[in-house]
Amino acid sequence: MKKQGRVISINGPVIRAKGLSAFAMREMVEVGSLRLLGEVIRLEGDEGILQVFEETQGLQPGELVVGLGEPLSVTLGPGLVGAILDGIGRPLGSLLQKTGDFLGRGGGLEQLDAKRNWEIFPQVQKGDIVTAGTLLATVKETPLVEHRLLLPPGMEGEILEILPQGFHDGESALARLRDGFGREMELPLLHRWPVRTARPVRQRLRPEEPLLTGQRVIDGYFPIARGGVAAIPGGFGTGKTVTQHQLAKWSDSKIVVYIGCGERGNEMTQVLEEFPALVDPATGHPLMERTILIANTSNMPVAAREASIYTGLTIAEYFRDMGYDVALMADSTSRWAEALREISGRLEEIPAEEGFPAYLPSRLAEFYERAGRVTTLGGERGSVTLIGAVSPPGGDFTEPVTRHTKRFIRCFWALERELASARHYPAISWTTSYSEYAAEVRPWFETHVDPHWGTVQDALRRILAEDEQVQQVIQLVGEDVLPDEQRLVALAASIIKIGFLQQGAFGPDAYCPPEKTFAIMELIVHFYERAHDLVAKGVPLRLIKEAQEVEALYRLREIESDNLQAFEGIRRRLESRLERIGAERLAEGRSQR
Amino acid sequence: MSLAEYRGLESIEGPLIVVDGVKGVGYDEAVEIVGPDGNLRRGRVVLIEENRAVVQVFSGTAALVPDRSRVRFLGRHLEMTLSPSILGRTFDGLGEPRDGCGAVLGGFRRDINGQPINPMARAYPRDFIHTGLSVVDTLMTLIRGQKLPIFSSNGLPHNRLAVQIASQSRITSGDNFAVVFVGIGIRNDDAAYFIEALRDSGKGRPPVVFLNLASDPVIERLAVPRTALTAAEYLAFDLGYHVLVVMTDMTNYCEALRELAVARGEVPSRKGYPGYLYSDLASLYERAGVLRDRPGSLTQLPILTMPNDDITHPIPDLTGFITEGQIVLSREQYAQGVYPPVDIPASLSRLMKDSIGKGFTREDHPDLAGQLFSSYSKVQEVRALAGVVGEDELGAVEKGYLKFGQAFEKRFLSQGEREDREIGVSLDLAWELLSLLPRSELTRLPSSLVKAHLKG
Repeated sequence: MKKQGRVISINGPVIRAKGLSAFAMREMVEVGSLRLLGEVIRLEGDEGILQVFEETQGLQPGELVVGLGEPLSVTLGPGLVGAILDGIGRPLGSLLQKTGDFLGRGGGLEQLDAKRNWEIFPQVQKGDIVTAGTLLATVKETPLVEHRLLLPPGMEGEILEILPQGFHDGESALARLRDGFGREMELPLLHRWPVRTARPVRQRLRPEEPLLTGQRVIDGYFPIARGGVAAIPGGFGTGKTVTQHQLAKWSDSKIVVYIGCGERGNEMTQVLEEFPALVDPATGHPLMERTILIANTSNMPVAAREASIYTGLTIAEYFRDMGYDVALMADSTSRWAEALREISGRLEEIPAEEGFPAYLPSRLAEFYERAGRVTTLGGERGSVTLIGAVSPPGGDFTEPVTRHTKRFIRCFWALERELASARHYPAISWTTSYSEYAAEVRPWFETHVDPHWGTVQDALRRILAEDEQVQQVIQLVGEDVLPDEQRLVALAASIIKIGFLQQGAFGPDAYCPPEKTFAIMELIVHFYERAHDLVAKGVPLRLIKEAQEVEALYRLREIESDNLQAFEGIRRRLESRLERIGAERLAEGRSQR
Repeated sequence: MSLAEYRGLESIEGPLIVVDGVKGVGYDEAVEIVGPDGNLRRGRVVLIEENRAVVQVFSGTAALVPDRSRVRFLGRHLEMTLSPSILGRTFDGLGEPRDGCGAVLGGFRRDINGQPINPMARAYPRDFIHTGLSVVDTLMTLIRGQKLPIFSSNGLPHNRLAVQIASQSRITSGDNFAVVFVGIGIRNDDAAYFIEALRDSGKGRPPVVFLNLASDPVIERLAVPRTALTAAEYLAFDLGYHVLVVMTDMTNYCEALRELAVARGEVPSRKGYPGYLYSDLASLYERAGVLRDRPGSLTQLPILTMPNDDITHPIPDLTGFITEGQIVLSREQYAQGVYPPVDIPASLSRLMKDSIGKGFTREDHPDLAGQLFSSYSKVQEVRALAGVVGEDELGAVEKGYLKFGQAFEKRFLSQGEREDREIGVSLDLAWELLSLLPRSELTRLPSSLVKAHLKG
């Protein structure tokens, strides 16, 4: 018989119930006649508190609480890729068929479609000894993703039987197994995993490879490593979501998990409409074929918002275990923190800062620590790169969520209101952002893109740093009174800002391969150094600034990625123009003397 | 269903009453309360603890006497009666007619809380709404199904602007356009202005009006937007209208929510507002959109006044995080005599990027908008500089920016309250003004567009 309790009181998503003595902490429950899903979040003797993932309208005291015998879990297996799931892992597509255009309630927890048939290719034979992480079979889930069915963590034994090659549905038993104690067990094709528990790995590795994002300001300036953790904080309207979408579209990972946590419904729809039409630059297939969406829009129940982050992470870890690089975007972690705050408030817990519970930092730490580059149980290399958007109230980065997030991440892409107002996108500030991975991934860029990657990058940083000071002076006295050397810094910096750091989210400039990123950086730095020499020799900056070849530097990003040889011509023309300016001017100087 | 009536209240605290000994009462159930004065008050259950129910009374608890009041639980949620005949009617916050024309006939009832739209059922909003205002159409384009608030302050002409947008709005296909006006805690004369102006605009049918005046019960302000949006959803998704919902003033709504939260003894977060202000506002704003398989659309134009002109105040801040952009009004512009006094750098329409340009408005629109934003933001920098060193000390390029800035505000931003400009006219005007700047400053515009459009 199933465990049963009864509802005593109802306060929004928080419910007190009695008769829970046999229930476990964090156990999933179904509440009331509508079978609303929830979980146990506090137990005190016979009584306890539940948080319910659906609206509790109409629920009455005395209604039944039924224990489901497992913590909140997500079903893992083929069918995830290309899906859009709600915060607790239910496909929104099947909810649409069930309840229509508006989301209904109840109906239990049906996750992956178990009736769907998949073509299974077995990879082991009867008699093979297998351990956790061993590849048992593969499924061609989409043209982009080979789904690898592995022996789940905590299991080992001898294969007694494996599904033969052919089409099988999700309810089939993948294999039969006998463990070391002689016990036989059946292994289902789909398996479940509790979302709040990190999936085990054999070993964690240091990040050393970059996750290429196709965004110049990131790859070229504040790079992120595979298995790294980054935060994108920014007030409203600074472009967090667009930046997250860009990363989801163009980062070179095998799988992208995108969690829309407490954000706009239209944004999820945009992803749903846009991704199937966009083509992955590496493979030529629609991006949706590698993407999994988790949607808890801001008007969907708040407790499910809290769970959505973990649902997404668990799915990401599942694909990592297959030996894949996974990128996970969470937009926005602030909404998740606010969901924690809301539940905490209803539990009447003593608040710490700004009403947030005292366990906010430890929850953030748990979350970000589930990222990483690892050796999987099966001995493969995989990674989960985690990029969280943060929405600080009033754009104030000293608020608790931003502040605590900074403790656990190593890459900080700060979005600045001034930049967004001037429509400098992505509005990632080059002064307050940082990446601790820059040094770690530099050798990779120097091996795979250009040996001068590091030196050119340093030169670029120096120009922008000097420009900071020059700009302060300009704001006081104007540009005209400055010496030419300083005005050249301002000119080069403005070329960097407009021609390099800015990048359109649409059209051909949306994706910039690292070779092009380098070509632009290099040419701008080269121009600066040549012009610097000329100015030092007394050539007026005005002559240089007016040259058409210099103006062309602002538009380098318009060059198509497959036409990088064009940079040669531009460089030659610039070179000869500067030479001419120099020669004329110096000759003039000599003749005057 | 329990239609049992209970006599006597356990306690009365502000807008809340506690009823003891209840049975079979559901969370969020609708309640009717009759005091010794015989007046009917309406409420909803906000907390149940075993056999005690806490009820929030919309019309206030004044004149209720604990042991001489009767409470009836209705066994259903708060509902609004809907039928095509709601067009042109005026209702109170709970959906009861307040125009003296009698009950809505032949309707059916629907829960005012609505249900979240399944993101898969949505269609991404892409249809340009012509407002006839250069600054809005060009730089912060309104899209059908969008929620685009006006962030204003006391004393600024947000009401006039909202009326102008509502009356000039044109949707290229068909004329099945309806306006729903929602007054939340607004002054009597503001309400009168809106209703008259919207009626005079001659846009087909008169608006559907939902009113909670400043003098009406505070807690009812929490119901009025929900009731109105339920009606708007019905018009849009059942009847196929393109509905524009003008809601003012969202600040009053948030104040009422804070008042209730404090009465319930909840842990406050920022500035005393409850921690769920974001979710609560989202449950209103997210009721905008376009559905894939239904004809109509619901566009929201909420108006809020920023306390102390502070855009980082929780109300505008949280609103901005939910809505798809914002139109910010500037006191400085208004003081200079500019109407509409839009603060351009701070304003934004998130949905415009996918809905302008070739096939939507005009090919040059996206780049041109980017250039205008960027050039105008440079104007601000130059003005700041001129304030320090004096205008005479500026270089030629900087002087060009000052000239551009002035012309831009006077000719492009400013326009008459009844002046309706075509998008093409606005874009051409923008090109004309950009010609005041040296060509080398137009770094946002691809050379092909410059060649095609820039004169001189």
